[in-house]
Amino acid sequence: MPSLDLQDVRRIAQLARIRIGDDEARTVREQLNGIFALIEEMGAVDTSGVTPMAHAQDVVQRLRDDAVSEADQRELFQSLAPQVEAGLYLVPKVIE
Amino acid sequence: MLNASLRELSRLLAEKKLSSEELTRYFLDRIERRNGELNAFITVDPERSLTQARRADARLREGRAGPLTGIPVAQKDIFCAQGWLTTCGSRMLSNFTAPYDAHVIERFDRAGAVILGKTNMDEFAMGSSNETSYAGPVRNPWDRRAVPGGSSGGSAAAVAARLAPAATGTDTGGSIRQPAALTGICGIKPTYGLVSRYGMIAFASSLDQGGPMAKSAEDLAPLLNVMVGFDPRDSTSLERPAEDYTRLLDQPLAGLRVGLPREYFAEGLAEDVARAVEAAVAELRRLGAEPVEVRLPNTRLSIPVYYVLAPAEASSNLARYDGVRYGYRTPEYRDLVDMYEKSRAEGFGAEVKRRILIGTYVLSHGYYDAYYLQAQKLRRIIARDFADAFQSCDLIVGPTAPATAFNLGEKSGDPVAMYLSDIYTIAVNLAGLPGLSIPVGFGADGRPVGLQIIGNYFSEARMLGAAHRYQQATDWHLRLPPGV
Repeated sequence: MPSLDLQDVRRIAQLARIRIGDDEARTVREQLNGIFALIEEMGAVDTSGVTPMAHAQDVVQRLRDDAVSEADQRELFQSLAPQVEAGLYLVPKVIE
Repeated sequence: MLNASLRELSRLLAEKKLSSEELTRYFLDRIERRNGELNAFITVDPERSLTQARRADARLREGRAGPLTGIPVAQKDIFCAQGWLTTCGSRMLSNFTAPYDAHVIERFDRAGAVILGKTNMDEFAMGSSNETSYAGPVRNPWDRRAVPGGSSGGSAAAVAARLAPAATGTDTGGSIRQPAALTGICGIKPTYGLVSRYGMIAFASSLDQGGPMAKSAEDLAPLLNVMVGFDPRDSTSLERPAEDYTRLLDQPLAGLRVGLPREYFAEGLAEDVARAVEAAVAELRRLGAEPVEVRLPNTRLSIPVYYVLAPAEASSNLARYDGVRYGYRTPEYRDLVDMYEKSRAEGFGAEVKRRILIGTYVLSHGYYDAYYLQAQKLRRIIARDFADAFQSCDLIVGPTAPATAFNLGEKSGDPVAMYLSDIYTIAVNLAGLPGLSIPVGFGADGRPVGLQIIGNYFSEARMLGAAHRYQQATDWHLRLPPGV
């Protein structure tokens, strides 16, 4: 993999919704390139025919009935929010 | 009381020679005197703890007590506990009072245990030194210049300095075992899926596993009895019949085959750590165990595999922190995207951001197969290596960490050096196996050395039994840091 340039770092940060300054981007670029050099070692191994592993016991997703299982705790949950009004979470206007 | 086992404390409580309120006050008082220098706790709430202790005393009086009723347990700040500030070591959650209990907290509550406080940790459990915490670094009770390890460094330091008789931790790549090793205490990461992740703030969901930390293997067993249990609210929770993890504590070691992975005693292992670990193996042999050499040929690959899988899962899990429903929101913003970007830039620390960026990149368009999928395939190869090794041994033993505790600041500027210090613990998470660390001596610098015992799936009782036999013959686990 070619090493990341500053523009790559800014693009990734934008995808991750993390604001990044120019100085920070330079430091991060260097660190990420160090980490990706480490990660590149993976590519050398032949894994053809190997099934990817997500859970050691290879469990399957359980299903449950589509029924209400939780009590309404809107007030309690909204007491933790930065900004609420009339039971709604407030965010900056999205649609003009 | 300082060095008493949980069984002894439980007996004193049952015989009314001690009340839970007295016991809880004793440790709250120790925390009050020592936490300033160690920074092991983020939140202490004496009134809340004492209320629980008085409830436990009522249970004890009514004869409705279990082995942990009235025992104060320090809870890692990653576990949501209703009414307790639950910060996960992050500015993002620095104002978050949990509105519900994690499954683990519910289980301890049902057992009658007391929450002694919430312990410090690396931010979102991402770190091996406890230096990434928004609440500041934790100091190692054995040497204030040293880190306690991470991410469960606050829990480790609390138990090591005897500010708590026991604590909880979580382990994604070694976060229970490595700090246990670096502070001279015991900690076990159970088989993946045994302890519910419900209410345990998510880092890398396919690897995260909660577990207990305590002075001895004997103490870990009753804690594990409480923490393990099926929970339908965690989709990866395993439904199995209940086990008593104390049941093999007194089983002799005769005939037990302990595998020594050649790769764990190779280049990179500090000489003083190697000496202490070899002496521990000799002691196990004296007790009847039979050492055999085994191979774990892909050990080195576990680090790159982990640093793809864990950040990928973290970037997804941490997408929920957007400054809308809870957590930190930046004070000034122009529009929605500006609010997201600034809240996350200001709410997360450098290591967390770094991992989110790695994860975002490896999951981005065109890279999924080369990174995430390849890592998941290698994960299976690593798990197969362990399965092969367990053909010729019952338990695998080796060092928990390649060196004793490093100094604060020593590795914080070099993420790759920090990541490499988890070389012996990470593969265990990837394979989903149980891993235990117990103290087996000291390095040249007087800092503790840990022995890692890796078991096959669901062999926790056997692992604790082997560790307990060792601890009956040695006293490393009873040594106290200077000044304690």
